[in-house]
Amino acid sequence: MGDAYTPGLTVTRSTVVRKTRRLPLPGEVLVKVGDRVAARDPVARAQLPGKVHLINVASALGVLPDEIAPALRVKIGANVTKGQKIGEASSLFGLIKSSAEAPCTGTFESVSAITGMGMFREPPVPVEVAAYVDGTVIEIIPEEGVIVEAHGALVQGIFGLAGEGIAMITMIAKQPDHVLEASDLKPEHTGKIVVGGARATLAALRRAIELKVAGVVCGGFAYQDIKELLGFDVGVAITGTEDLPTTLVVTEGFGDIAMARATFELLQSLEGKRASINGATQIRAGVIRPELMVPDDGSGNATVVEGGGLEIGAPVRCIRAPYFGRIGTVSALPVELHTLPSETKVRVLEVDLGTEKILVPRANVEVIER
Amino acid sequence: MGISPDDLRSVIATDCGSTTTKAILIERNDKGEYRLTSRGEAPTTVEAPVEDVTRGVLNAVREIQELRKRTFLTDDGSAIITPQSGPEDGDRGTDLYISTSSAGGGLQMMVAGVVKKMTAESAARAALGAGAIVMDSVSINDKRLPHEKIERIRQLRPDMILFAGGTDGGTRKHVVAIAELLRAAQPRPRLGTGYDLPVIFAGNKEIRGEIEQMLGGKVALQFVDNVRPTLEVEHLGPARDAIHELFMEHVMAQAPGYAKLMTWTGVPIMPTPGAMGLMIKTLAERTRTNVVGVDIGGATTDVFSVFDGTFNRTVSANLGMSYSVSNVLAEAGIGDIQRWVPFELDEADLRDRIGNKMIRPTTIPQTLDELKIEQAIAREALRLSFVQHKQFAVKLRGGQQERSISDAFDQDSTSTLVDMMKLDVLVGSGGVLSHAPRRTQSMMMMIDAFGVEGVTELAVDSIFMMPHLGVLSTVHPAAAIEVFEKDCLVRLGTCIAPVAVGKGHGTLCTVSYQGASHTISRGDLVLLPLGVDDTVEATITPTRGVDVGAGPGARVVKKVRGGVCGLVLDGRGRRPMPLPVSPPERVAAATRWTKALDLYPEAA
Repeated sequence: MGDAYTPGLTVTRSTVVRKTRRLPLPGEVLVKVGDRVAARDPVARAQLPGKVHLINVASALGVLPDEIAPALRVKIGANVTKGQKIGEASSLFGLIKSSAEAPCTGTFESVSAITGMGMFREPPVPVEVAAYVDGTVIEIIPEEGVIVEAHGALVQGIFGLAGEGIAMITMIAKQPDHVLEASDLKPEHTGKIVVGGARATLAALRRAIELKVAGVVCGGFAYQDIKELLGFDVGVAITGTEDLPTTLVVTEGFGDIAMARATFELLQSLEGKRASINGATQIRAGVIRPELMVPDDGSGNATVVEGGGLEIGAPVRCIRAPYFGRIGTVSALPVELHTLPSETKVRVLEVDLGTEKILVPRANVEVIER
Repeated sequence: MGISPDDLRSVIATDCGSTTTKAILIERNDKGEYRLTSRGEAPTTVEAPVEDVTRGVLNAVREIQELRKRTFLTDDGSAIITPQSGPEDGDRGTDLYISTSSAGGGLQMMVAGVVKKMTAESAARAALGAGAIVMDSVSINDKRLPHEKIERIRQLRPDMILFAGGTDGGTRKHVVAIAELLRAAQPRPRLGTGYDLPVIFAGNKEIRGEIEQMLGGKVALQFVDNVRPTLEVEHLGPARDAIHELFMEHVMAQAPGYAKLMTWTGVPIMPTPGAMGLMIKTLAERTRTNVVGVDIGGATTDVFSVFDGTFNRTVSANLGMSYSVSNVLAEAGIGDIQRWVPFELDEADLRDRIGNKMIRPTTIPQTLDELKIEQAIAREALRLSFVQHKQFAVKLRGGQQERSISDAFDQDSTSTLVDMMKLDVLVGSGGVLSHAPRRTQSMMMMIDAFGVEGVTELAVDSIFMMPHLGVLSTVHPAAAIEVFEKDCLVRLGTCIAPVAVGKGHGTLCTVSYQGASHTISRGDLVLLPLGVDDTVEATITPTRGVDVGAGPGARVVKKVRGGVCGLVLDGRGRRPMPLPVSPPERVAAATRWTKALDLYPEAA
């Protein structure tokens, strides 16, 4: 395991990103290769099958399941409206009449001669997928979606909540160690992406939600506050579907932790620009990072971000106690195994923090990629 | 497989996990023994940018090649050479290449049956036994409305569905009702869009025609023997085989690079937990013992058990040491984790640490305190997984049973098959157990988490190779067992834990062997030396009311095997283990016990 280290988060002024925009089920692609698209433009559309309703037709008609067919007044496959009589039966020499009605507007799909259950489906619901970033369509996935390529600045976070948004960036913090408090948030932040420095307090996030702030980007957040906010623990880091008006992007981790200076300064330089933000996180196979992307005209020297190796001089972030959050550069890469205070024998590296040099397991640093 | 098992000189086996691909090399030596000779690992390459699982396999095998200084890969490094050439050609390659896989989330299934605790439960057992994660179990009486079930089935997107229901010649209507739900939901497979979702029907065989009529053409339907031909009989083999076959044909074929990998392997690729379960079963059968095995991973924890020949497997999908570590906290609660930590902890700080482990899952504990916290969490992850296992591993429900008068007063008519007093061997696997800095730490984690009772031998998988050996056992059982005994299993020793009901009992029992006698007093935890090659006949004499396996107060004479740790005498009582609640007392007790077993450096 020569390269046992955590690939870093990308924080860069200019890069090329490719976003796969895929429908949840086969549908129609609305653009073609080479088209320029804006973040809010729809690129693909599909019809989600409508909700299914089941009713016991046999019981409603007072007949056995295999006696339903002659009693039907509507053909299988026909369109129906809610409350429409779909079957009628009479018993006791016509004295007792009973009927079955459609439970929804839609299609009468089937009725079972065994169970007596009738199935009705509501009309399909159209769903659209937007481009999410300003860019160019470079590939069409037939019936499924597109790949959009965009140039611009990219800041990846480590954990986020809630889904996609598009809004302007506003700096609140003046320093990366500024703790974002509720009092920092004002009505003028409604619909904006605000940038804090270190931890965002629970009160600050609640205030942001109240003001319908589009996004909050901060260095840290207390893990316990997630439960307070959502009402449940996020037991597995798979997020993005939380029903919140405000997207959260945490750049460093849980706890009181200042935003990395490079990240902070990049965000400062992007103040006033329109960004695409997404809190969706998946720390598992098919990793997804929360992010903030600011498109540009593509004239800058874009760096293609690749997972570099650990090498002397590489900037790294320590990602576990006792040095959690400290940033430095790799100053040595000893080959031999080192015994940690926990008695675990692992390969380590030496990190120069500027004030001191420390030994850290290679697995406990993240290369800062830019 | 092209080569006869008798001629097998070498085997390379890989396990393609979600993050790491682990390769082992087994070779036959001059004495004719099969032994592990090398291992290598590399990151799994199922995801972008590589998106080809074979790259990770080749990288892991290349590490073996470098360590073993022998060629296993073709000159361009693009394939594994099979079979092995002769000495005149430098013994290039290996006679057999085999693999297991859990990459890309493993095998994810939905099961369905008529009654939740009968046919649906049998379907779940078949799926779990085949190595799947059961995402949901749909049944007529699962308390959801039909449209809710339809929505759920539609959202799930499993790899396949196992559909049971009805005994042969039994209910027709309810099975058809489940088929109607499936037809309405139009379920789609998780991977790929160009094929229909595989559905295995293992229910009432007399209504296959109706099922075909309803679902044929809409899903890839396959029929196998009923998992519950009668209520008294469970017949899981055919369903399990069909799952393995479809796993290869559909699921694996959709994952990046697997089509190529499948052409390399001498026998079909198995889901990792399925292979591990096979090894646990083999161990229990060969030694005629009751065995519990556990594999604690980053995302999930698998528990396997064989009691009186009955095999069960459960997977706790969200109990693990990294990706799911926060879920352990959510399910156990902070107090239950803290009770195993031998120092005071700030709750908010502990929560942040656990959250950070979840978002940076590959990090390792650098400080001793971090290690202790991690091992405390492991105890709870293991304990909770075992609780789930005990609830699932029960006798068949629904069948007619002869009941005596005493049974009629016993309300627990569906009691678990897991009887800790009858457990002979407990085997642990997974990073936190296999790679603990001290073996005594692994032993104590298992003793605490499982609450072993009576006399129990404990062992760990040295380097996580049970899945590899499980798949090897399908080709060459003798080689698999030989490597398992000699290189895989690290025997930790035995734990003697008397069960005392009620208070009192200053002395719980005496343990005598080789002319010496040791007393276990309440609250004591003692480690006695007993080497890995030592087996002694111990006489365990409990005091009145104390049980060590033969009933309250009854003496037990039993062969006790040593190990790298030795013999643990655990007098902490049981059912449940009474741990102090107040922080100072809790810390004092935990400190005393960690010192007794020399668990951590400062206690040395």
